[in-house]
Amino acid sequence: MTLLRSIFLRREAGILVMIVIFCAVVGLYKPQFLTGQSLRIVLLLTPLIMIGAMAQMLVLIARHVDLSIGSMLGFSAMVVGLMYREYPDIYWLLGFPVAILTGAVLGLGNGLLVTLFRLPSIIVTLGTLSLYRGLTFIISDARQINRSVIPTELKVMSRTSPIFDVPWIILIAFAIALMTFVIARHTQLGRQTYALGSNPEAAPLRGIDVTKVTLIVFTLAGALSGLAGILYASRWGFVNPSNTGAGFEFQVIAAVVIGGVSINGGVGTVMGTVLGVLLLGCVAAALPLLGIPGSTQNAIYGAVILIALLIDRSVRQRGAISMSRTTS
Amino acid sequence: MMEGLPMLIEARGISKQFGGVDVLSDVDLDLHAGEIHALLGENGAGKSTFAKILAGIHRPTRGKLRLNGQPVDVSSPIAAQKLGIALIHQEPISFPDLSVAENIVMGRQAGGLLSRVPWAKIIADARRYLDMLGVSLDVTRPMRGLSIANQQMVEIARSLASDSKLIIMDEPTAPLTPREVDTLFNIARRLREEGRTIIFISHRLEEVRMLCDRVTIFRDGAHIATQTIDSISDDEIIKLMIGRTLKKYMRKHMAAIGETALEVSNLSLPGAFEDVSFTLRRGEIIGLGGLVGAGRTDVARALFGVAPAASGQISIGGVGATINKPSEAIELGLSFVPEDRAGHGIFSTLSVEHNLTAAIPNLIAPSGFISRKREHGISSQAVDDLSIRLASLRQPIVELSGGNQQKAILARWLLTEPKILILDEPTRGIDIGVKAEFYDMIGDLAEAGRAILLISSELPELLSLCDRILVMSEGRITAEFPRETATQESIMQAAVPRTGMAA
Repeated sequence: MTLLRSIFLRREAGILVMIVIFCAVVGLYKPQFLTGQSLRIVLLLTPLIMIGAMAQMLVLIARHVDLSIGSMLGFSAMVVGLMYREYPDIYWLLGFPVAILTGAVLGLGNGLLVTLFRLPSIIVTLGTLSLYRGLTFIISDARQINRSVIPTELKVMSRTSPIFDVPWIILIAFAIALMTFVIARHTQLGRQTYALGSNPEAAPLRGIDVTKVTLIVFTLAGALSGLAGILYASRWGFVNPSNTGAGFEFQVIAAVVIGGVSINGGVGTVMGTVLGVLLLGCVAAALPLLGIPGSTQNAIYGAVILIALLIDRSVRQRGAISMSRTTS
Repeated sequence: MMEGLPMLIEARGISKQFGGVDVLSDVDLDLHAGEIHALLGENGAGKSTFAKILAGIHRPTRGKLRLNGQPVDVSSPIAAQKLGIALIHQEPISFPDLSVAENIVMGRQAGGLLSRVPWAKIIADARRYLDMLGVSLDVTRPMRGLSIANQQMVEIARSLASDSKLIIMDEPTAPLTPREVDTLFNIARRLREEGRTIIFISHRLEEVRMLCDRVTIFRDGAHIATQTIDSISDDEIIKLMIGRTLKKYMRKHMAAIGETALEVSNLSLPGAFEDVSFTLRRGEIIGLGGLVGAGRTDVARALFGVAPAASGQISIGGVGATINKPSEAIELGLSFVPEDRAGHGIFSTLSVEHNLTAAIPNLIAPSGFISRKREHGISSQAVDDLSIRLASLRQPIVELSGGNQQKAILARWLLTEPKILILDEPTRGIDIGVKAEFYDMIGDLAEAGRAILLISSELPELLSLCDRILVMSEGRITAEFPRETATQESIMQAAVPRTGMAA
């Protein structure tokens, strides 16, 4: 097997090809799609999803799933919004540790339910999806946190940039991706997460503390959702108890699955996930240009997931066949 | 020659109970440093349980272990690894998505969860251990897709990486080709020269003779004998393996044997069985004996169309038949009660009633809709007929005892009015009382004119129930005994593989 073929067979290459083809086709109809400006739009659409996708990726690799990350995002954003409203003079950067800690506590709650009671994570997080959303309504009295309450410094982060005209919010998202890469690839925690998802029965036989790893993964997912929560407040300038983070889990799972993370655990890379996020971003950016109404966006997302999975499967099958031919 | 070697393991009074049943009782065993020690015994004799106790997977109910003269507590697989004890399963445990190198070192790395993974060192170490074994494998490739032989090599490399003094191989050769077996044996001998001890669990006496220094024989959970291999003959080993005296169950009536129901000639499925031929008549019970893995279940699955044979003929009632899927087999009047109740037999979440009627949709739903009344009537009749003990027909089948579950599955197939019944280890895991009931039932079925093929590893069961006994070994029928001349010894002689080669 040549090096070239092994690269081509990698999931990441497949998504990259899909992105290129998609952009080329859209560019054919709307040449303005292929400009730096739309790259900027794509990137601005993606930072929250990028952060959520990193969280979800780790959870899926451990052979779990977290459906509650949108609700954790909403709750954390609301806690921070309330803090800014009740204490207008508070130092604005304090919102970050508060949001991250709030999310971490919610994530730890998921992890404890999964590990202590041995409940399937899909059921636990389906429950906390509603629970955390409901709590958001309760703590906010079902009222929105308005633009005037969010500190200007925070809102400006989504537009201003320290270097190369790349806004802070995008830099933060890529920093999180880098951090996740280091965790997944270069720490014992990361490798044990892959091992756990790859063979949960064997994990304890090989000395992996399954409870600890599971708790950490869910807590990390919560913390990253909390971070996404405060960045939501920065990006949109408000926090709404029903809208903020609603449907977020769907976009995130879409991006992660397109990026080649297996729902059966043990498989997935940060590079694939980043590309999955960018593919979704390209689709989202192209829709208004092509005059497709936002109301059909969900249907399009769904179609993109299915198409990506089908293409990937057929490419891999063909690859596997030709490989077995060359080796036999 | 063994006397000079230092002692590595001294096991004293090791006992293990599962759910009140003794699986091992008071086993004493000494293992020398630098020997290859065979552990022999019938299925269920306690070999694997003993191995798992040494490897920390099970904890003994009673008993003590000493390692190099020091008392040790093997509390977990990781504790075993730290003590230098490694167990290599027949189907090795691995993380299929992780690299070969990671699989070799997993569980050995020091440091906290956030400490760095030393990739360069892991890869270099893994290469070194595989080189020591003379195996060339790309250590960065994932485990998924490796052959069983290579997976075993990775496991052995694992045991080298943790510098194991005791390596237990549980039937390692069963899935290997002859050449792979050679490689494994050479490696085992080299490990012995380095002073490591190997426990070799196998059914193949030939291999045991080629490789091992001493043999220990287990029977019914007890240690029977330990001898040097040169001081004991194959016949003596076999006698010690079976040598029990069980009270004999006798079939009450012998049925009148009628015309041919099933004729099988030259049936073959490469890798599973070769050239299997026999004739089964109405009213006859044919026993299919042999060791686990001899191909008996594969023959049954082929007859039932689960995994059809590649060549050969099947004729039913004198007419040639093609059976490519189970529904065709059922149509022809065959029924198959599989061995793995939990995996293939029951619909565990459904009620007893639904389980009973699962194979007769046409009877309970003559108009296309299920008639609750018919379903209830048919299933309560079946429960009465086989005296299945239950609280309610509506209760989930998993709540029944093992014996009653097995009866329910038998009832399901009897409802299809089969002419030919294949039973695969029908009494495994059933207590003695229910067993006798089962034997009566099987005898009655034959008397009613059904043809029965009974797969069983329990020799007394074969001897007391069957009109004829066929013995399979390594995919071939190696002997046929009429009821009158069959003995436990003669069946076992024919069952033990002699060639030392995989089928």
